[in-house]
Amino acid sequence: MLLRHTSAEITERKALTINPAKTCQPIGAMYAALGVHGCLPHSHGSQGCCAYHRSALTRHYKEPISAATSSFTEGASVFGGQANLLAAIENIFAVYEPEVIAVHTTCLSETIGDDLPQITEKARRSGKIPEGRHVLYASTPSYVGSHVTGFSNMVKGMLAVAEPTGTKNGRVNIIPGWVEPADMEEIKRLAALVGVDITLFPDTSGVLNGPLSGEFHMFPEGGVTIKQLKSTPDSIGTLALGEWCSADAARHLDSLFKVPCRVLEMPYGLKATDRFIDALRKIAGVPVPEEVNLERGQLVDLISDMHQYFYHKKVALVGDPDPLIALVEFLATVDMCPVHVLTGTPGKRFEKKIKQLTAGMPFNVNVRSSADMFLLHQWIKNEPVDLIIGNSYCKYIARDEDIPLVRFGFPILDRVGHQYFPTVGYKGGIRLLEKVLGALLDRKDRDDSEQSFELVL
Amino acid sequence: MTTKRKPVPLNPAEIKAEMLKRYPPKVARRRDKQIMINEALANDTPEITANVRTIPGIISMRGCTYAGCKGVILGPTRDIVNITHGPIGCGFYSWLTRRNQTDASGAGDANYMTYCFSTDMQDKDIIFGGEKKLEQAIQEAYDLFHPKAIAVFATCPVGLIGDDIHAVAKRMKEKFGDCNVFAFSCEGYKGVSQSAGHHIANNQIFRHVVGEKDEKRPGGFQINLLGEYNIGGDGFEIDRILKRCGITNIATFSGNSTYDQFASAHTADLNCVMCHRSINYVADMLETRYGIPWVKVNFIGAGATAKSLRKIAAYFENPELSGQVEALIAEEMPAVEAARKDVHARTGGKTAMLFVGGSRAHHYQELFKEIGMKTLSAGYEFAHRDDYEGRRVIPHLKVDADSRNIEELVVEPDPERFQPRIDGDRQKSLEAKGLTFKDYEGMVPDMAAGTLVIDDLNQYEAEKLVRAFKPDIFCAGIKEKFSIQKLGVPMKQLHSYDSGGPYAGFRGAINFYREIDRMVNSKVWGYMKAPWQENPELSATYVWE
Repeated sequence: MLLRHTSAEITERKALTINPAKTCQPIGAMYAALGVHGCLPHSHGSQGCCAYHRSALTRHYKEPISAATSSFTEGASVFGGQANLLAAIENIFAVYEPEVIAVHTTCLSETIGDDLPQITEKARRSGKIPEGRHVLYASTPSYVGSHVTGFSNMVKGMLAVAEPTGTKNGRVNIIPGWVEPADMEEIKRLAALVGVDITLFPDTSGVLNGPLSGEFHMFPEGGVTIKQLKSTPDSIGTLALGEWCSADAARHLDSLFKVPCRVLEMPYGLKATDRFIDALRKIAGVPVPEEVNLERGQLVDLISDMHQYFYHKKVALVGDPDPLIALVEFLATVDMCPVHVLTGTPGKRFEKKIKQLTAGMPFNVNVRSSADMFLLHQWIKNEPVDLIIGNSYCKYIARDEDIPLVRFGFPILDRVGHQYFPTVGYKGGIRLLEKVLGALLDRKDRDDSEQSFELVL
Repeated sequence: MTTKRKPVPLNPAEIKAEMLKRYPPKVARRRDKQIMINEALANDTPEITANVRTIPGIISMRGCTYAGCKGVILGPTRDIVNITHGPIGCGFYSWLTRRNQTDASGAGDANYMTYCFSTDMQDKDIIFGGEKKLEQAIQEAYDLFHPKAIAVFATCPVGLIGDDIHAVAKRMKEKFGDCNVFAFSCEGYKGVSQSAGHHIANNQIFRHVVGEKDEKRPGGFQINLLGEYNIGGDGFEIDRILKRCGITNIATFSGNSTYDQFASAHTADLNCVMCHRSINYVADMLETRYGIPWVKVNFIGAGATAKSLRKIAAYFENPELSGQVEALIAEEMPAVEAARKDVHARTGGKTAMLFVGGSRAHHYQELFKEIGMKTLSAGYEFAHRDDYEGRRVIPHLKVDADSRNIEELVVEPDPERFQPRIDGDRQKSLEAKGLTFKDYEGMVPDMAAGTLVIDDLNQYEAEKLVRAFKPDIFCAGIKEKFSIQKLGVPMKQLHSYDSGGPYAGFRGAINFYREIDRMVNSKVWGYMKAPWQENPELSATYVWE
């Protein structure tokens, strides 16, 4: 057994986290910053943070992750990191020539109280930021929230460049949240299909799903441009996909520039995608084209075809609040039963929301925020499930308990495809159900006796 | 398939100048000293600057002290509960990401390597101090698992807010009575790279664990293997070889290791140092306190493996052992030779670059040499000058503010347990026969004239190098992998081996030959351009009527 020390007996833990279901803020800020065109993320802390985040993102996306660090030593930690950040800004613009540097803090620079607005201003005044280049920043202390919080903070930080002109640009801002590059691409495709001009930010498509062509571009074609970010206050509205990842930035635009916003669930599954399309058409005042109805119908068709295998199957899910809320709703939509739902990210609203979505299930549902995968494993030992949905770390539980696993979320370190195949939208829903069905039926084919083993399923 | 353009002979001085050209003057001055053209002097090597601060803003390969301590050194030990004291990230990123394998298949074997333990410090812990939470976390770990030992690792904020982790550890150790609790002040900002973390880790293992178990283990020819981390099962292959020769491995620091192995390391009769950088000082301390001499070995490369086995046999001066060693080499080499010859036909004359670690950039050149591949440029990520130029430079190393931060243990001979394994006369006679103790000549003497030796290579310089030399393979870590491969050059991870291994020992050599063959000869590198990109002109094409 790989997790041989995990027992079914659940004891209360006040201080010890075992097998976390979250990581720290800065990595979220780094991922978000990669969704800005020409941007080099910068980690203001000791160099290990940057190395760890780059490694984790590289292993997940299988793409180059360029990011710089202030490389604190003991001296900087005692006397403050201003000199390191100023030197870093100067060196980065000289050597790598990005259009933007997006600085995020770490627990180290937050604990000593480095003041990013002040240091950035000093860099600007002393001419270290070339004309027409930008330095964005976000405060992302690792000891508050989770990687999701860091993502949200950096997205909000991008709005520092916003410059309203007073004239509406006819576009809709969409904040997709921490989804895969392929998902961002799919959101853009759906919006184009409905006929709505959007500004998607951040946008890692074209950055973290790039081609292999013998060329290395440190700053690939993709990403939201500074020009687009500047213009976000002129949009007719903002759709924030996910309360945890995207709502802060949307509300910021609303309160500062009176850009009306709606916070929706991430568009995973039938109903959340319905709400997304419906909101898009209403905010832009356009009819929904037949192509979208077709895609929707195909998903409904698949649900009907495969319902027999989904009905009342018990599922354990672990991941981030926004995707989990949408996924739990999706599973409920196809009559599956999420029985254990857990996130490491804090948020009592998460627990409330999941309870609402699973009300009326024929099973007792365990829900926890600020919890860890050790607890999830204990839940599974007490109430076994037919399927686990979560990141690669779940494979240790899946193997020990002999339960099929569908990899979903971050990080996925042992499979590929998540960069390329969207799981948002109707087509993404089909992809998700295909994976779920594949896992369930592979298991059935493995377990069925020779007498009951069948060709046609 | 397109044929690769043969590299034009390049002038290393020009390449170096090109790499430095865009840097601001301050950066150029510093990098200038870390980029060395190997002049291959007869009795000397040119001086390189190493183990100095990383330049802010320059995209380095390096990690931090915590990574070196918790990730590298203590990561591979399976039966210690390693608690990271800090916000969640550091514990999360060092959770199962280094591919250390372990064999915990024995009845009742503990294995905590699949677990991540953290105090997950919150803002209130940063403001009011985290000692209480740490104490509670240690208690909870003890109550849940009753491990032999619990280790605590400090992350950056811990040092800044002044939590006394050593006092907490001491208190809990006394409270439990049957569980050794010790702590590591390995805050990420200490030192200039992972290397500082290795040192902090090894010091504490030496101080708190080595010597805890005096019971002599059975078996002849007892050695410790220092600086072998069982990435991809390297340690398993080395252990297989040692066992077949009749050599007993008391403790590996720290691949596939257990607490008890460390605790009885002082009972061995010889220390064999693999990775000089991460552990040479432990070998020195074991010699001073317990009288165990050390030799440098290298099990990367079939030739190097044979040489290292003979070195160990020479030390013990036992004909039976020598016979077993020779018999094993004779038995293993035909398969190695067959694979080598087969692969050499497709790899001979190709070129490699290695930028990794504190030893591997040196050791792996052996393997490349065996299949006829030339190393054009190499360097370490976190090594010191002695790893480049050899131990003879140690007396001349500058001790700067950063190295002063890392504790040097003052070790005295153990009043009861110090026992020189060989006396002066025997040492002299062994040396006369060619066995060298406490010696490592470094990487540079093994590299050809005109090669570029670059310390702490960064992304910008790596790109320049690859564009200029077009090597057939580049070796570094996961962060570097895809920026190099985008350029159409395969990138082999030599920290964690991608998904391969073992590469040590005889079987490992065969694995490596085949892996490099696969990588440099993969068809994929010929698919970079579509037919219409190769031949964009339309004039000679037929037209649909």
